[in-house]
Amino acid sequence: MKPLQADKVIDCIGLFCPMPIVKTAQQLNEMKEGEVLEVIADDKGIKSDMPAWTAKTGHKLLGIEEHDGEFHVFVKKKA
Amino acid sequence: MAEEKENATIVVFSGELDKALAAFNIATTAAAMDIEVTMFFTFWGLNVVTKEKTDAGNKNPLQKMMGMVNKGGARRLKLSNMNMLGGGKLAMKKLMADFHMPSLEEMMPLAKELGVRFLACTTSMALMGLEEADFIPEVEDFVGAATYVEIASRSQINLFI
Repeated sequence: MKPLQADKVIDCIGLFCPMPIVKTAQQLNEMKEGEVLEVIADDKGIKSDMPAWTAKTGHKLLGIEEHDGEFHVFVKKKA
Repeated sequence: MAEEKENATIVVFSGELDKALAAFNIATTAAAMDIEVTMFFTFWGLNVVTKEKTDAGNKNPLQKMMGMVNKGGARRLKLSNMNMLGGGKLAMKKLMADFHMPSLEEMMPLAKELGVRFLACTTSMALMGLEEADFIPEVEDFVGAATYVEIASRSQINLFI
């Protein structure tokens, strides 16, 4: 399986809801269509928050990788 | 897919720190999800969005007295439960700082930046002897219930906190 690549990474370790989502929204706004953002968080809520956020905003959730208590979420900016 | 944005309203009736934080957590989350959020501050909720030092004059004696016991400013808000003469609030603030959670004073400009609208209730303002100059700059308009109800009638999410 090809590892997911990101154009930009934001570190949200230690941040709780709603900050990871808010930062994702703000960062994606500044990115170009089709670009991929990697969000690193350790608040478990992100496992359901991010799918909810992408469903609402139309951006694409490419995947959530979990290791060592960290969640690496890959989101692609919609066209 | 519909191009029209969804709407959400939050009536902030409570003037308590924990309730205000909950209101702003939800408001900023909704705003981050492309929803148009309007917060309507009324009654005790006005204390969330007033300046600490009020310069506006011309208040009648009863309003002045009200102003003395009901001082404004987000920093002065108490917890709704277990405030314990301020001890509970202090503990809560320390926990929030330890967990890098934004304070209420930090949430408000963030919400504004995300497009959340802050409206204040004129009737409550009269009762508490508050004028437009008493409010923080984030408050964009001073309105009545009909304004609120009109927006709420178009909103998918309407909350009373």
